[in-house]
This record gives sequence, C-alpha cells and structure tokens, in this order.
Amino acid sequence: MLDMHLTERDIHMTDTKISARNCQVYYGDTHAIRDVNVDIADKTVTAFIGPSGCGKSTFLRCLNRMNDTIEGCRVEGRIAMDGEDIYDAKVDPVQLRAKVGMVFQKPNPFPKSIYENVAYGPRIHGMARSRADLDEIVETSLRRAALWNEAKDRLDQPGTGLSGGQQQRLCIARAVATAPEVLLMDEPCSALDPIATAQVEELIDELRQSFSVVIVTHSMQQAARVSQKTAFFHLGQLVEFGETGKIFTNPADPRTESYISGRIG
Amino acid sequence: MTEVSVDPARSGPARSILVQDARTKRRNAAERRFRAYGLAAIGIAMAALILLLTSVLAAGLSAYKQTYLQLEVNLPAAKLDPKGNRDPAEMSKVFTLAYAPLLQQALAAKLDALGVTTTLSAKDMGDLISKEAPATLRNQVLADPSLIGSPHVIDVLASGRIDGFFKGRVTMESAALDANTSPEALRVAQALKDAGVMVTRLNWAFLTAPDASDQRPEAAGLGVAILGSLYMMIVVLVMALPLGVAAAIYLEEFAPKNRFTDVIEVNISNLAAVPSIVFGILGLAIFINFMGLRQSSPLVGGLVLTLMTLPTIIISTRAALKSVPPSIRDAALGVGASKMQSVFHHVLPLAAPGILTGTIIGLAQALGETAPLLLIGMVAFVRDYPSAFSSSTGLFGDPSTALPVQVYNWTQRADPAFVERASGAIIALLVFLLTMNAVAIILRRRFERRW
Ligand SMILES: Nc1ncnc2c1ncn2[C@@H]1O[C@H](COP(=O)(O)OP(=O)(O)O)[C@@H](O)[C@H]1O
Ligand SMILES: [Mg+2]
Repeated sequence: MLDMHLTERDIHMTDTKISARNCQVYYGDTHAIRDVNVDIADKTVTAFIGPSGCGKSTFLRCLNRMNDTIEGCRVEGRIAMDGEDIYDAKVDPVQLRAKVGMVFQKPNPFPKSIYENVAYGPRIHGMARSRADLDEIVETSLRRAALWNEAKDRLDQPGTGLSGGQQQRLCIARAVATAPEVLLMDEPCSALDPIATAQVEELIDELRQSFSVVIVTHSMQQAARVSQKTAFFHLGQLVEFGETGKIFTNPADPRTESYISGRIG
Repeated sequence: MTEVSVDPARSGPARSILVQDARTKRRNAAERRFRAYGLAAIGIAMAALILLLTSVLAAGLSAYKQTYLQLEVNLPAAKLDPKGNRDPAEMSKVFTLAYAPLLQQALAAKLDALGVTTTLSAKDMGDLISKEAPATLRNQVLADPSLIGSPHVIDVLASGRIDGFFKGRVTMESAALDANTSPEALRVAQALKDAGVMVTRLNWAFLTAPDASDQRPEAAGLGVAILGSLYMMIVVLVMALPLGVAAAIYLEEFAPKNRFTDVIEVNISNLAAVPSIVFGILGLAIFINFMGLRQSSPLVGGLVLTLMTLPTIIISTRAALKSVPPSIRDAALGVGASKMQSVFHHVLPLAAPGILTGTIIGLAQALGETAPLLLIGMVAFVRDYPSAFSSSTGLFGDPSTALPVQVYNWTQRADPAFVERASGAIIALLVFLLTMNAVAIILRRRFERRW
C-alpha cells in the first residue's frame, strides 16, 4: 500500500548540494556515526529513516554544525556544501547556519511576537534595508509556511500562543525567512496531529522548489509521501541510500527490508 | 515490602469500593498526618513572624512621634548680636550656652501666664527642655538673623524623660528614683500638655536628623544612617550587578567546562557561605590599609558589601540562565545567530526576572548586614551628613554610618529611650526591605508579562 505512487514519481537528477565522505561522530568515547557517505541533492527532499537512537539527528546536526554546541561531540571526515568543506577552520558556523536552516522536533518559537519570530533572522543578517522590506520578508515567509492566513491579523501576538501545528509552521517560516539553501528538519511532525502533519508535508513538497530539504522522520509513510531520496540508518551506519521508491519497494539490504516490514523498530 | 506481601483482604472475594480497605485507610492517615505537620510548621513560622513584628512595632512606632513645647522666645539683640550688625560670622561667636537661658525664661513666663505654680528650681525646670534645643535655636537664628530683636513662637524639643512620660515609658514612680527628672517635673509637664503648650506629634526628624549623643535620645535620628545605607546600596548596585551578571553569563554560557572552571564554580559557592565578618577583615586589609581608602566611608562599606553580594548574584543569575529552555538557544543558533546574540537577544531577557530577584535579594542582604561594617569603622558617631561627592574626600568618601549599624549602636547606649529609637530604626529598615521586595515583584511581573 505504501508503494502506490512511488514508481510514478518523477525524479529530476540535480546537482549535489551536500556531500559527506567518511563521516564519523563521537560523543566522548561513544562512536555515534560510522563511515557515513552520502550525497544530498539540490532541490530534493531527502528522508533519513531508521530506528530510535541510530544517529539520524546526530548526522543531521553535522550538516549545519549544530553539533559544535554539544559538549564533547567530535566530527571527523569531510562534509562539503557546494564543494566547500564546512568543517574547514576558516568557516564560521554562524554564517553556515544562515545558509542551512533548521527546524527542530519540538516547536520552539521565541517567546516574542509572531512578527518578531520571523523577522529575527533577516534582521540579524541585515537582509532588510527598511521596515517595508522586513514586512515583505515576513509576509512571504509566512505565506510559504502556509501560516499567513491564520496569522496575518495577529502578527503582534506571541508566537507561543499558537497551536502546536501553527507553532511548527511558524518555526518553518522563521527558518525560511533567512533564505537558506538547505533546510534541515528533525522529525518536524512528531508533535503534531494528522491534519497539521498533512499541512506540513504539503509545505515540504512546496519548499522543494527552492531548497534542498533533509527530513528526519520516524514514520515510513511520511518518508514515502514526501521524499525523493531516502537514507536508512541503523546503529550509526548508513545502511542504504537511494531513491525512495526503490528503498520502499525493493531494498537491497536485508536490514532495510526488516525495518520497512516492521521487524526492526 | 508491603508492596509484595499478599494482602488477605485482596485475595478474598471482590469488595465494594464504598468500603475503604486497611491499606487505603493507612495511606489516607499518613497523608492527613503530613498535612497536619505542614500546617503546624507554617503556623509556627507565622506566629513567630507576628510576634516579632508586633514586638518591634510596639516598641518602635513611638519613635516616630515626639513631644514638643510651643514657646514664645525673646531673642534679645544685646545678647545674641552684641556688635549689632546681624553678621552671621560675628553672631556665631555667641555660643549655644547663651541660648539656653532664653528658653528657660520663655518656659517660666509661659508657666506664669498659665498660672501653674511649681516648687521646681530654675535648673530643674530647664530639664524639661531637651539639651539639643538651644543648639537648634542657635542654628535657626544664624540661618535667619532677622529673627533677632522680637519674640517668636518656636517649637522646642522636650527632654527625653518628659517625652517618655507621655509615651508611658516614664512613670511617677520611676521619676522619683531618677536623677534627671522628678514627679514634680512630670506634673508640670502634664499641666503644660493639658494647656496645649506641650504636644506629642508626628516626628519626621527621626528619619532626617543625624544621631545625637547619649544624653539626648529625643534628638537622635536616622538621617546620616539612611544616607550612608543609600550610598552603599548605590555602590553595591553599580559594582555587583554588572560584575556578577557578566561573570555568571560567561561561566554559564561561554566558559569551557573543565577542571579549572569547576574549581572556580566550587569557590564561588564557598564564597557565598563565608561569614560576613571575614569580608569586613578583608575590606579593612585591602581597601583601607592597602589601597588607602577612607575609613567609615560608604565607598569602602559598599565595596565590602559588593564582595559579599557578588556570589549571591552570580549563583542566582546562573540558576536563572539554566532555567531558560535549551530549545530557545537552539532556535536562535539555528537561524544563524551567534552565541552572543542568542544569549543577549533571547536567553537574557527570559532570565531577567530571575536575575532581578537574585540581585534584590543580594541587595537586601547587604542592606541588613552589620558585622563587616563594624570592622571598617562605620560604627563611628557621625553628626555631619555625608555628601555623595566632595573634592577633599572623593566619591562617597565622607564618614557615615548605616541603618543596621545605627540599630546596633543605639542598643549599646544606656538611656532606655534608645530602645525605642533602635526599634524605630528597625521599622525603617524593614520598610526599606519590604519596598525593595515590592519593587522586585513589580519589575518581575512587568518582565514576565512579555511572555
Ligand atoms: N548530546 C549527546 N550526548 C551523548 N550522546 C548522545 C547525545 N545525543 C545523542 N547521543 C547518542 O547518539 C546516538 C544517536 O542519537 P540520535 O542521533 O539522537 O538518534 P536518533 O535521532 O536517530 O534517534 C544515541 O545512542 C544517543 O544516545
Ligand atoms: Mg532524533
């Protein structure tokens, strides 16, 4: 039942946006990610699936260097964006994170107004020359996050007063507002109800037009619905990576097959 | 162990939930007992508080009232301004001694006019009037020489014993044994009161006047002490708040977690537990002996209290920063804010109420602190109002006292009238503390209203 539309999905082969080679991550002595090689394509949704604790979030955080903020976390290997090593000593992680936006598992709007939530990123990056510019960025970002209609009359009200699904879309709008090239999403729908989930999924599909989206998800149905590429992680290793249709219908590795059919979980 | 043993009541046939089984009864009894303990603890605490407050209020409120005499005083030019040119510089050569008889004469005239006869000698009659009164009159005349030459009605402080009589502290019996007053003097005072010449009224001078000597409790006030405490609080706020908050932010958000920062952390906690008198010794050694700052000055007092308050502020600021959810930091870093931006734009505003509360608690501690100030000489008898800045002593360099030290000082004095003064000073201290807490609560509310 999963595979109904999978084979019909058209996949444009595009350039590689991010490529990881021989990536290792350690938390102190724990070796959390081993030998991961992956190429994330531009303007594509890539899903990371795998059982809990297999390192999906850890690897995702490598891509915008959020792991730098974790005490004792060490990343080895080469991860390049557009051919440039993002772990190069000359790279300022702050600048990188403006290009690689992130949406977290739990909606985490700032305890400020809806407007300020979205405007914060553009403001600190000096993306708006005037208040009108900023207003426009806020509006387009909220529109892209499909939140404009609900939020346009209450822009000055606290973002924390929205419902869970709206908060998550606000976080997406906030991430989109800085005009990133890659959008990382760590289980963005795990705290949402089915309707909100459907809205966010629709959104992801739209965002694919402009960004490369990487989404970690627990739900295989979700991976099948939104992604073009899927990576299956298991015990810190990348077991299989390929077109979503192929992973779900005809996995090469027996572990992938077990996971998909519900035997590992 | 009761958890695993099989309860016979349970293994039997199903029982109605309308009947409590033995286990439930025991559990409920335990809960009731616990609630009773809690209520008892709170009751004891409240009773202690009420007892404390009532005893302080009962003993101290009367310090805010004072007995005055309204006398028509002659101010003869021949005595007060022998040169006759109304030049304050010349007039100040006339000592306070010359003013005392004027007041005594005015009182005698008043008694005559009222038809009160007395067996009191002129000197004993003079004892109805405070020893401070001639000096006050002299200051008034020097400030306004045009008073000289004609009679004027002025308010004159009554002596401490007379004041005590109207407040119930001095009785006819105690006066009979007292060298400073007599039952006859009290009788005269009562007659003056009945005639409306002597009144006991609200006394702002208690909050504004400087301290007075042992013989003049009726004139002693808190003015210098309040100024000194105020200056010290300014020093503490200006020094401890930025230093403490900056140190806490650095330690909590930026410092690497290693053995060195662990040692610093432990030592800050230790510092908070150091007895305050140790800070006094430290201040004496460093600020006065080594750096040569002035003894008894609010600057040194404030610096010592800063040392004492810093750990409190650092610890409470760190706790406030810790309580900000990490997801906020992630959110800020995720949109490309730098560490510093994430701290100053997002974390600090959320932590502000906690920081504020910690700071005010620290300040309140500092305001009530006595021991270290004794060591740096702030217990001295000071009659001159300290200025915030003067060219000879610098910023906050004038000698002064502080509120709690003034309380301590007054409790050391012999005259029982100072007990009332000390309690009155405690009330002032408590009012200041309550005000600070109220301000903390208001500010906290305002900050928190921004979600
Ligand atoms: N901050 C951390 N410190 C130490 N170990 C961590 C930390 N975060 C994750 N890990 C460990 O790394 C492994 C992968 O975790 P994670 O990436 O969160 O898994 P997933 O997102 O796939 O559920 C787990 O074994 C987890 O215990
Ligand atoms: Mg995860």
